[in-house]
Amino acid sequence: MSLFFIVALPFFGALLPGLMNAAGRSATAGVTFTVTLAAFIGLLTNLPAILAGDVVMARVDWMPALGLNFTLMLDSLGFFFALLILGIGLLIIAYARQYLSSKDHMGEFFTYLLLFQGAMVGIVLSDNILLLLIFWELTSLSSFLLIGYWKHLPEGRQGARMALTVTGMGGLAMIGGMLILGQIVGSYDLSVILQNRELIQADPLYVPALILILLGCFTKSAQFPFHFWLPHAMAAPTPVSAYLHSATMVKAGIFLMARMWPVLSGTPEWFVIVTSAGLITMVLGAVIALFKHDLKALLAFSTVSHLGLITMLLGTGTAFGAMAAVFHILNHATFKAALFMSAGIIDHEAHTRDIRRLGGLRTLMPITFMIVSLAALSMAGIPLLNGFLSKEMMLEEANHTVLFNSPWLVPVLATFGSLFSAAYCFRLIGHVFFGPVRDDYPAKPHDPGAGLWLPPALLIIPVVVIGVAPFVAEPFVKLVTASVLGSAAEMPSAHLKIWHGLVPALYMSIIAVVGGLVMLAIFTPALRIWENTPRPEAKVIFETIVEAAAKLAQALILPLHNGAFSRYAAVGTITIVVAGYYAWTTGTIGAPTHALQPADPVLISGWGMLVAATIGMVFLHRNRFLSLILIGIVGLMVSIGFVFLSAPDLAMTQFTVEVVTIILMLLALNFLPNRTPIESSVLRRVRDVGVAAAGGLASFALAYHYMLRDPVASSISEFHLANSYKGGGGTNVVNVILVDFRGFDTFGEIIVLSIAALLIYALTETLLGGPVGAKLLNRRPDQPRAGDMHPMMMVVLTRGMMPVVMMVGFYIFLSGHNEPGGGFIAGLIVSIGMVMQYMASGFSWASARLKYPYHGVIGAGVLVAGFTGIGSWFVDKPFLTSDFTYVRIPPFEKFELATAALFDVGVFLSVVGAVMLSLESFSRLARRADAPQVLHPMDIDPSREDLKEGV
Amino acid sequence: MELLIASAIGIMTAAGIYLVLRLRTFPVILGISLLTYAVNIFLFTSGRLVVGAPPVLRDDITTYTDPLPQALVLTAIVISFGMTAVVVMIGLGAFLGSDDDHVDDQPDRSDDAPEGTP
Repeated sequence: MSLFFIVALPFFGALLPGLMNAAGRSATAGVTFTVTLAAFIGLLTNLPAILAGDVVMARVDWMPALGLNFTLMLDSLGFFFALLILGIGLLIIAYARQYLSSKDHMGEFFTYLLLFQGAMVGIVLSDNILLLLIFWELTSLSSFLLIGYWKHLPEGRQGARMALTVTGMGGLAMIGGMLILGQIVGSYDLSVILQNRELIQADPLYVPALILILLGCFTKSAQFPFHFWLPHAMAAPTPVSAYLHSATMVKAGIFLMARMWPVLSGTPEWFVIVTSAGLITMVLGAVIALFKHDLKALLAFSTVSHLGLITMLLGTGTAFGAMAAVFHILNHATFKAALFMSAGIIDHEAHTRDIRRLGGLRTLMPITFMIVSLAALSMAGIPLLNGFLSKEMMLEEANHTVLFNSPWLVPVLATFGSLFSAAYCFRLIGHVFFGPVRDDYPAKPHDPGAGLWLPPALLIIPVVVIGVAPFVAEPFVKLVTASVLGSAAEMPSAHLKIWHGLVPALYMSIIAVVGGLVMLAIFTPALRIWENTPRPEAKVIFETIVEAAAKLAQALILPLHNGAFSRYAAVGTITIVVAGYYAWTTGTIGAPTHALQPADPVLISGWGMLVAATIGMVFLHRNRFLSLILIGIVGLMVSIGFVFLSAPDLAMTQFTVEVVTIILMLLALNFLPNRTPIESSVLRRVRDVGVAAAGGLASFALAYHYMLRDPVASSISEFHLANSYKGGGGTNVVNVILVDFRGFDTFGEIIVLSIAALLIYALTETLLGGPVGAKLLNRRPDQPRAGDMHPMMMVVLTRGMMPVVMMVGFYIFLSGHNEPGGGFIAGLIVSIGMVMQYMASGFSWASARLKYPYHGVIGAGVLVAGFTGIGSWFVDKPFLTSDFTYVRIPPFEKFELATAALFDVGVFLSVVGAVMLSLESFSRLARRADAPQVLHPMDIDPSREDLKEGV
Repeated sequence: MELLIASAIGIMTAAGIYLVLRLRTFPVILGISLLTYAVNIFLFTSGRLVVGAPPVLRDDITTYTDPLPQALVLTAIVISFGMTAVVVMIGLGAFLGSDDDHVDDQPDRSDDAPEGTP
């Protein structure tokens, strides 16, 4: 199966459980299982190629300019991890079906699980490191959802947040590291990066890149000092813990270290950082685990410890260490997943995970006892189980590792860690299963059904088989090791076997096991000492840091961002003016190329009115109604200016927009206070005048100098003028630009306009639905209403004007391609015609005659425009390619048919819909409880039947 | 003529900025409208000022004004209507919800005090 399918299956499959939740719990789990099984089988189809030593590649260019390509690579290392992720995933799904109670939303759970699974498979199969980063972040996000799955538990939410914060921050660091790495090599493809060991290690940026990447790995794999999030993530349901913390999420960091091993390892920096972090984590995790009473917490810290062990092995930088690491990843995944699932079984059956409340379960839960014993003994490093083999390899490697010039430091600490590791394993078995049978279990424990114990039991098979016959696993382990090593090191000659002779590692193993038993014997006094030792509580430290960071951010932001809009506006204006002034004084300005044109008296008088109205607004803005009239004058003068300056289309648009804007503002003013009170001090007003004057002066200077000079580069307008008729079939170049040359822009713009209208509609709905709606219904208008709200003259006049307005709109629409006009202007004109009916005959009367809702009109407009664009695909042309032809139907003259006209219909409909929806929304606010809903156009109408009867 | 247009832009910008710096929503909205005019005219002037040469092709005419800024400004005018409408709606909604049409967030005012404080 293609690698794309293996990665895509979980993602697409993630849709299914969420949709199928209603079909029942088994069906939901079944579909999840099937999806995973399909991906698993797909992976297995690549096995022959992997066994032959091939690397399977799949490549699709995504954003080649950025070096970001959807490149997948499957080698034996990726195969190994994908096998763990999907294989253990299958068992987890089967287990979760039984584990989750009927109160849990199963579809949601499996959707998250599949998203996570897809992201994990994506990480291990990515060949492009940028792609890998995307999947890496996806695992952080999906694991956040999984850990916080029980949303009602505060621990779950806190644990999820902590996990996301820590791994997310590590992910950010890693993005930096990966980008540096890509810059050094000049490619973001792993297959290229892995060939450039010398280049990378010689680069001065090697150390920063290494540290950043390791930060990502360490946070993900819970290495010291980032180990604290993992135990808190145990608030998740047990299947999640078993999945995330045995085989997948925490192994992602390990995987990446193994993946990057050929190019990053072998330097002193790598050795010191990785080995010591791993060593500390291993010892610390093991010691803490011993004293944890919660089964899952014990397992969580033991996971931390084992991840440290693997990290340390990768850190040594030798081929033997890498092989031991690979082998231990395999072993750990098997016994740890089994242990987590068993802990879930105990929790499920005994209703507690507290070791102090358990004991004597050996006879009550014999199957679970068998599973836990074998897995735990393997973890403790008892011969004939797989954990023994890799642990001995670890001790052997530790024996040859010299850290900080001390030949004994690593072996002693490794033995010490193994000792505690053995001790907590023995405690796990001893304190839970042995001892007297108690009579105070929260629930009567017994073995669960096969659905729960079979998945962990299946995992015990490899534990025993590899433990007894290690040569079974050897070819595979060596195959995977080969791809870890790459070309950086030779394959070690050592074999996986139980008996290596009387080597030091054996003695260290014996010390660990015997010491572990001793530790268990003296557990009670040791626990007392442990509990009396002051220890830093990671959660408290974490929360203190988070709180301090939030405080710091507030201290930085709040003085600037204090919620005062006027301050932002003033600061913004001053900044722009200062920046502009700097550019003005430091840049060069050429000589004017245009002479000043003489000013026409008409223009001067228009200018005078505009300036008078503008200045009047400043002085009279407290009277809001008056300032609306003044701004109307400004708009009118601007329209006339457009007529004068050869822009008829603009003049028509400005004029019509002016009308609807003023109506809209009037509608709003209906609810707002009619006067603005004097609030700001004189000083403040002087300051504002200063800011405004600076801004005005700057824009004047810029505009003035700009108009007197030619553009630096030649404009593309010549092309439009030359091709408007030839290519677009229209003589009105502005309209041809709108509907043809830059049709895509226009398409975006009508969508923006439509969204604005829908937003207004949504806000109105919210307002009317809430307390504001009730308040509005009982509102007393602050101004007396007209006695005759809908005068007969106005009704009759607007009724008569309607067809004329429609015809004008139609004409302007049709002639738009060749004369001033077009969809925008026609839409505005038709809207005004309709608004007149609302104003004259009343909202209820007009609404009752409304055939199509305005949202529908908007939608139809966008769809018509969009489908016109899509239509060009059918003739193999890019989106919105236009075409036109001339036809002649007698007795008419020859006329033009253009696809652009169809597009313009879309523009027209969107504009009508958007304008009308906005105005209608405002009007709906004006409804009052005490005002009757009159469906008649006129208040005084001699022909009205009801009035006659009433009199 | 250039002087007239440039000074109109400057005066409208100044008045717009002054109104935007006011404390209530309505003058701020008027100020934004004035700024919109100023900006639209400024964009329009990037085609420079030409009298009597609209960009509508005719057989016997060879000089036309620059059509491109006109097309861009045309959509800008329509969109600025949409934007004004949204801003007015937001301002109106805020006023109706809290009986207060200040634009600045003033945490010391008692009616803005967070829940639970007397």
